[in-house]
Amino acid sequence: MEDDAPVIYGLEFQARALTAQAAETDAIRFLVGTQSLKFDNQIHIIDFDDENNIINKNVLLHQAGEIWHIGASPADKSVLTTCYNKTSDSRVLSCAAVWKMPSDWEMGSHESSDDSAHNPQALELLCRLDDTTHGNAACVLWEPMGDGKRVISLADNHALLWDLQESSTQATVSNIASLEGKGQLRFTSGKWSPHHNCSQLATANDTAIRGWDLRTMSQIYCIENAHGLLVRELDFNPNRQYYLASCGDDCKVKFWDIRNVQEPVKTLEEHSHWVWSVRYNHSHDQLVLTASSDSRLILSNMVSISSEPFGHLVDDEELSEGEDIHKDEKTKEPLKDSIVSTYEEHEDSVYAAEWSSADPWLFASLSYDGRLVINRVPRTLKYHILL
Amino acid sequence: MDGEADASLAVSEDAGNGRRRRVHGMLKLYYGLNEEGKAAEQQESLDPCDINGPHFDPELFLNKLRRECSLAELMDQETCMVKQIRSLDSDMQTLVYENYNKFISATDTIRKMKNDFKKMEDEMDRLSANMATITDFSARISGTLQDQHAQITKLSGVHALLRKLQFLFELPARLNKCLEMQAYAQAVNSHRRARCVLQQYSHLPSFKGIQDDCHAIIEKLAQELRQKFRDGGSSAKDLSECVELLLQLDEPAEELCDKFLNHARSRLELDLQGLEAEIKPYSSASSTKDPSARAPSSAAAAGSPTDNSPKATTFLSPTSNTDILEFIDRGCNEFVSSLCLVITSYQELFINHAQTGELASKNIPQMANGKLHAFVNDLAARYFSLVERRIQEEKGVGDNSLLVRALDRFHRRLQAVAKLLPGSDVPNKGTEIVIRAATERVKQYLAALQSFYLDSLTDVRQALATPRLSVSGASAAGGGALLGGALSGRDATTSLPDLLSSLSASILNQIKSVLASVHLFTAKDITFSNKPYFKGEFCSQGVRESLVVSFIKFVCQSSRQFCESAGDKGGSTPPALLLLLSRLCLDYETSTISYILTLTDEQFLVQHHSPVTPVTSLCAEAREAAQKLLNHYVKVQGLIISQMLRKSVETRDWVNTIEPRNVRAVMKRVVEDTTSIDVQVGLLYEEGVRKAHSSDSSKRTFSVYSSSRQQARYAASYTPSAPMDTNLLSNIHKLFSERIDIFSSVEFNKVSVMTGIIKISLKTFLECVRLRTFGRYGLQQIQVDCHYLQMYLWRFVSDENLVHFLLDEIVGSSAHRCLDPAPMEQSVIEVICERG
Repeated sequence: MEDDAPVIYGLEFQARALTAQAAETDAIRFLVGTQSLKFDNQIHIIDFDDENNIINKNVLLHQAGEIWHIGASPADKSVLTTCYNKTSDSRVLSCAAVWKMPSDWEMGSHESSDDSAHNPQALELLCRLDDTTHGNAACVLWEPMGDGKRVISLADNHALLWDLQESSTQATVSNIASLEGKGQLRFTSGKWSPHHNCSQLATANDTAIRGWDLRTMSQIYCIENAHGLLVRELDFNPNRQYYLASCGDDCKVKFWDIRNVQEPVKTLEEHSHWVWSVRYNHSHDQLVLTASSDSRLILSNMVSISSEPFGHLVDDEELSEGEDIHKDEKTKEPLKDSIVSTYEEHEDSVYAAEWSSADPWLFASLSYDGRLVINRVPRTLKYHILL
Repeated sequence: MDGEADASLAVSEDAGNGRRRRVHGMLKLYYGLNEEGKAAEQQESLDPCDINGPHFDPELFLNKLRRECSLAELMDQETCMVKQIRSLDSDMQTLVYENYNKFISATDTIRKMKNDFKKMEDEMDRLSANMATITDFSARISGTLQDQHAQITKLSGVHALLRKLQFLFELPARLNKCLEMQAYAQAVNSHRRARCVLQQYSHLPSFKGIQDDCHAIIEKLAQELRQKFRDGGSSAKDLSECVELLLQLDEPAEELCDKFLNHARSRLELDLQGLEAEIKPYSSASSTKDPSARAPSSAAAAGSPTDNSPKATTFLSPTSNTDILEFIDRGCNEFVSSLCLVITSYQELFINHAQTGELASKNIPQMANGKLHAFVNDLAARYFSLVERRIQEEKGVGDNSLLVRALDRFHRRLQAVAKLLPGSDVPNKGTEIVIRAATERVKQYLAALQSFYLDSLTDVRQALATPRLSVSGASAAGGGALLGGALSGRDATTSLPDLLSSLSASILNQIKSVLASVHLFTAKDITFSNKPYFKGEFCSQGVRESLVVSFIKFVCQSSRQFCESAGDKGGSTPPALLLLLSRLCLDYETSTISYILTLTDEQFLVQHHSPVTPVTSLCAEAREAAQKLLNHYVKVQGLIISQMLRKSVETRDWVNTIEPRNVRAVMKRVVEDTTSIDVQVGLLYEEGVRKAHSSDSSKRTFSVYSSSRQQARYAASYTPSAPMDTNLLSNIHKLFSERIDIFSSVEFNKVSVMTGIIKISLKTFLECVRLRTFGRYGLQQIQVDCHYLQMYLWRFVSDENLVHFLLDEIVGSSAHRCLDPAPMEQSVIEVICERG
């Protein structure tokens, strides 16, 4: 019972950037990047001890500037990318860089856990993903499940495909896609599709969602007016290659089948303000997490458009032990899309939410006031999905 | 003894009669014969001393006398007795004498009779002898006459036969003559009489000849009759005579029925063709006949694409102008009445007639009846299909009374058929047609109402789009439609209530007029109105459910569609229209729906046999629609303002901005727009309740807001050493303030609507500010802008703390996002803001 209660961790600074450490599959670990204009910004490494319900934190300094976006390498635990704002001479520049955590950060934290805030170690810069000719970086995307050699950065109206060499110390632009059109176009967000051999990218700009083929760097589809207002973020269904979720300033979460971009497959309208983030669960794609500036986090169970619309199908081998009845019950159960839970632990706008890469039933959300909340999928639902 | 004896003595001399009678009486007495009158006396005479009594005892009597009487008396008694004895003796002598005489005379008579009878006996003997002679003679005579009598009988038989034969031989000639004279009945009669004989003796050649002749003639006659029958020009009476004769001629009844019906059919077909001919030109020309009422619908429905409408106008045939009433009239007068005639005469001929005659045995009535039914059903079906086609062309909903009257007439006339043909389902089918027509009509009315509603909305939309036109311009824009008048010479804001009232009134009027039109179906003088369908289902299911309820649902639904379609495709619906519709739906919820339904129920006396939609669920639907529309209105208006704010924040370089000297124009614009929205909403919605009524100017509250709380917060947040405090303060504040739902449902009042709009706008402002980085002057500009907003926006919202809180957040956030947070002096801010 008690482990269904949320675990809350407060940061000293305001924060927007949150990611799970993708390469870490044993420990439940999240990375949070802070936003402060006056102090050195930090990367908080949040370890969650599932058994004892305790949070362990480690802080690394990120002195380059306030962090707007953070991404963890899928291959190397210690490598991460950030997008940050650098202010110099009353100019604000958005940059992106690849960083490496110092190898002994864990040690350091254990030795001096009390005064780690006072004396934190700094991140090691591996390389900058800067190309000033291509404008301000909005986000950096790692190749999903890749070897940590390829990233895409979205900068203004360009999508840059980088090859990282020499243990990520050198980055070269291998390909560029540009968005042409009237006015000042700017990518707000993007997602690298894990399907099709990682050859597709989806980006959001203004109210449109575009799909790109990374081999030719050309647009392959476009959902105009995907949202009534700005599209904030998108995510690919990890199991269904054509399914895509998006969220935006019209308070809606929409699910698309990119083969038919005229109408969304499904629309959720549960939030009362802009939806900033949408995340599919990595294993059970019916679970969708949405974060909104109405200070709420909503976990939805979108069974009807998941890869298991009829529930978990039991294999024949498992059935041999007289589980037929069990299966019958399963198929009879009405599977409806529903809101699993609304989490109201945040007091400010929630800009990011992320599933743990290690425990598929655990997720974290981050609000602007620096509050990180770790929650679990309710047990009943968990067992319902598993059994 | 004394009195009576005295009296008898006294009268005996002078009255012989009396005496004799008394003597008789005495004798009777003596012989014991009772005389009724003496009964009492007799009883008294039990006394043995009564000398006249039967129990008289002379000893006793003498003893008594001797004891009682004196000598004198005894002497007297003795004399008296002697006297009496003497008189009795004389009486006895008289009697004997008299009787003797009689006996003598009787003996004489008997002797005389003996002589007489002797004579009579002789005469009787003579008589019997004579009689025997007569009998003998008579027998002799009859014996002689026997032969001749037989001959005469035979002769008279031959005579009769000969007369018959003569009739037979003359028959052909006679028949011919009859044929010439067209006295068919006589001919048939004659033939009928001869037929059996001829049939019987047909083996004789001569008879055979006659029979053949007769046959030939009769055949001819039958031919002629058939001809006559077929020609049909003859009157019904002739016809029936014809049929009767033919029947008598053993013409197969079935064939006759068929012929009769065929004949009737051909005539009825003509009628039907006439009717059909009326339909065809009508469909092409109807559009031109009554363009105002029918033009849109019938032009679309006209099934003849070959001729286009201008052509149709020029080539109008006169018949094409018949309206439905005329059409039905014609149908009734021509077809139905002929049909009735046919039925009557047919029944007269084949059924009633046959039942009385000898034909009944052959099951002819049943057969004929069956044929008749088939015939009527067939023709009626064709007639019905024509009528239905014609009714279907009746698309225009302008004048319902005509249709109802037509249907009434149609239905009424079918009742005649029903009376004539009791078992027929023709009237039922007719009723079905009426029912179909009625339901169809209801559907058409629903469609008309819906299109009317949409047209009205289009008009309203136009009116809203062209608000500031002159009188003439406005009415022209309205297309002379119902709303044209309401618009004239006013601008959109002032005319919103007028638009609403005229829209709602015109819809209500339309509903009422439709109800009135539909009500005609159930009027008392309409024959089909008392059918169970029109009493029950038509009222409840037809009118109430599929017309009124459906329309209300349609209104709600179409209103809801405005929310959905406009949400994604960029607000094509003007916000004012959303507001107007929301108010309309709300009005529907509060009063109009129940009014309309009550009106319907009253007018149609709806008895709810089947479950009907309750008023409450409709109201709930309307309320839901109203809520949705209003929410959407808030959202649209909020987004419009949000968009301005967002652009203003996003497009500016806040780091390198100059020191603020003015409130930014966009803020003024925001306030202006908000004010105008406030006016707009205020026209349709009530004020609503404010939480904290601040009667004073904005200054007081703002000064509180700025000087105490905000300053405290600033002081904390600008102290570099204590970064935690900001969060702490802000969090503590948030802990005690309610969570704000930005895009949430609003209440049906102005304040709530305005609160919603302002919430959306300020939240957008906040989120945009958080995405930017500010320089010192950037922050100061935000301070100025927020102060300005505070000055003007507090009055619109229900809880001004809300505005304070959001503006606090904005300033606080921008302070956080500021590279060089040096806030502006409050007094300077106020000066700038007051300068405008």
